[in-house]
Amino acid sequence: MLAAADRKLALWNIGVAYTAFLIGTLAGLLQVFIRNDRLELPAWLDYYQILTAHGVLLALIFTTFFIFAFFISGMSKSLGTFGPKVLLWNWIGFVVMLTGTVLATVMIVIGEASVLYTFYAPLMASPWYYVGLALFVVGSWIMGFALVGHYMKWKKANRGELSPLFAFMTVTTIVLWVIACLGVVATVLFQYIPWAFGWVDTINVELSRTLFWYFGHPLVYFWLLPAYMAWYTVVPKILGVPVFSDSLARLAFVLFILFSIPVGFHHQLMEPGISDFWKFLQVVLTFMVIIPSLMTAFSMFANFERAGRKNGGKGLFGWFTKLPWKDLRFTSIFIAMAFFIPGGAGGIINASFQLNEIVHNTLWIVGHFHITVGTPVAMTFMGLTYWLIPYLTGRKFSNTMKKLGFIQIGLWSVGMLLMSTAQHILGLLGAPRRTAYSGYNGHESALEWFDGILTNHVTMAVGGSILFLSAMLLLYIVIMSAFVSPKAVEPDEFVEFPLAESDKRATPKFLENWWLWIGMAFLLIIIAYAIPIAQMIQHAPPGSRGFITW
Amino acid sequence: MHLHKYEKIWLTFGIVCLVAFLSIVGVNAFAQDHTPAGGMHTIDPEKVRETAPFNEPGVKQLDDDTYQATIIASAFAYDGGQTLQVPAGKEIIFKLTSTDVVHSFTIDNTNVNMMVVPGQVTTKSYTFKEPGKYLIICNEYCGTGHHYMYTEIEVTE
Ligand code: HEM
Ligand SMILES: [Cu+2]
Ligand SMILES: [Cu+2]
Repeated sequence: MLAAADRKLALWNIGVAYTAFLIGTLAGLLQVFIRNDRLELPAWLDYYQILTAHGVLLALIFTTFFIFAFFISGMSKSLGTFGPKVLLWNWIGFVVMLTGTVLATVMIVIGEASVLYTFYAPLMASPWYYVGLALFVVGSWIMGFALVGHYMKWKKANRGELSPLFAFMTVTTIVLWVIACLGVVATVLFQYIPWAFGWVDTINVELSRTLFWYFGHPLVYFWLLPAYMAWYTVVPKILGVPVFSDSLARLAFVLFILFSIPVGFHHQLMEPGISDFWKFLQVVLTFMVIIPSLMTAFSMFANFERAGRKNGGKGLFGWFTKLPWKDLRFTSIFIAMAFFIPGGAGGIINASFQLNEIVHNTLWIVGHFHITVGTPVAMTFMGLTYWLIPYLTGRKFSNTMKKLGFIQIGLWSVGMLLMSTAQHILGLLGAPRRTAYSGYNGHESALEWFDGILTNHVTMAVGGSILFLSAMLLLYIVIMSAFVSPKAVEPDEFVEFPLAESDKRATPKFLENWWLWIGMAFLLIIIAYAIPIAQMIQHAPPGSRGFITW
Repeated sequence: MHLHKYEKIWLTFGIVCLVAFLSIVGVNAFAQDHTPAGGMHTIDPEKVRETAPFNEPGVKQLDDDTYQATIIASAFAYDGGQTLQVPAGKEIIFKLTSTDVVHSFTIDNTNVNMMVVPGQVTTKSYTFKEPGKYLIICNEYCGTGHHYMYTEIEVTE
């Protein structure tokens, strides 16, 4: 078991994550009913206020706090107990992050920040909303650097040795996060905050959008990499096999540092101010990320096949039936991976330059990120939650809990299948995202969005309700494992942290040469961004004053 | 670093597909001129109505085969002059800007899906094949009235 102080830190992060999850999924439930005109909000509450809460609390707060809980537990397990300095800075980071979260959430709740989680200027929220977001990011940096400090101490004590795979991947993800956040920190600190406080009158809108998306795309890899960490390091242990290839796992991770950042323009393909050349260049770079993704897919299936054969699976596909399907920890993550196959394919469609015209800002996109972050990432986190909380609290995870867990992931899968399929098709028919109910004056092409069988807002609402049920069941399991379930006494009652062996004897040392990867990342960033950003600043139109249109 | 034989096949297959996809997208965009909405013209967002061509929003014939539709987006409506009416089978160049926040100009059942950013002029050229009344919506969140921001364009024979 980990040291009590480290466990406490991880548990507090999980606590905040699931509090955000509760409010966020409640908002999701309201959304699906508002969109099909079954629910009208009281005058003091607005659809876009709820949607802002949903986006911020699930996409930013739930994910980030959970990720840090996972990092903290895994770093303490693989590198040893945290020293007092590492602990202290982790707590400082946690408190700063939490303060930012509370500040931003309060601003959303009192209606001062109905600008969605992307907060596009010149919509102008209360300056405190931006301050809240800035604190959140700074807090995450402090925690991140504290974990890197723990890693450096280990490196000093083990000179010339490659770090354990879990620690390597944690540091990769933190490096990615810090470089990614430079964009959002720059725009929030130097553009939004001075403008929202009234110290300057106007804002350069196109620049702010570009800096946001410089951050916005690697943000999705910041969610995804911790899920991949579970796939690479936790799943093989559950399957009873070693990590497929230590060096390929590390190579895939550093490739994500390189190719997930200089690609933000693929969110801005439909807008002016960026020439086609730069848009297309970033489309090409976006596609490069397919390579480490294919490597990951290969490793996963290699693990499955080896494990299945070890358990006596025969023939070309016989191993598939021999996987530990009765193990909740495995099945949950397997389903998460399965959702990522259409999720990734959809991503290729979205990034395909002019093809993006068909789907940009339609419900297709909403369908897409619910089968990427909303399931592959979120359900991997659920699969971790089942054992991570009992592991940290020293409580039992009973058979009843396991059964409930299976029901929970079953409901999530069915709900998500219904909701995201409906959203994908509705999007292809043109139904917009981020839009409260509107009949569009009975126009026939809008009516089409409400009366298909799969293609209507009712299917979306049915799916959303099932999802919400699943979310509440998960919270029940979380609360039981955190506070109620009986303490483990016998050795076999303790829940373990499954972490696979990784043979690093053949792994080349340059993979852990951080300056090499950081240097290459910046080189790519400069190639992709320096000229278009310089143009945006030099040829900027007169800026925009702020608007409060809600 | 050792690559399994099957992994080499798998990655080669993947990379070949990737190159093929990108080539198709690139050729279609740049050789056949199917590029998405964009444009590099800027404008003072406070002086939209005094700046050409937005001082006269509406549809104008440029030559035998081309028309220009100049439209101003503001929360929560579009100003395209009197009524938006264009002929089928002719190239229509849409030009938009915003007087306030970011909007979109999205014509349902077409490829016209333009972000309208204050300070910038967005351009997209499109040729309607079928006559009819097309729904135009704003699909970028712009405020409380966002879902009421829509209009229609009539495409005549
Ligand atoms: C109970 C489960 C959930 C339901 C019913 C639900 C439902 C929805 C719906 C209907 C929308 C689109 C609203 C619109 O565009 O008008 C939406 C947006 C979104 N959802 Fe979910 N969702 C759920 C869970 C999640 C989870 C677990 C995540 C991520 C971890 C997530 C992330 C997002 C994000 C980032 C948006 C976009 C917000 C924006 O456009 O600003 N959702 N959700
Ligand atoms: Cu992206
Ligand atoms: Cu709008």
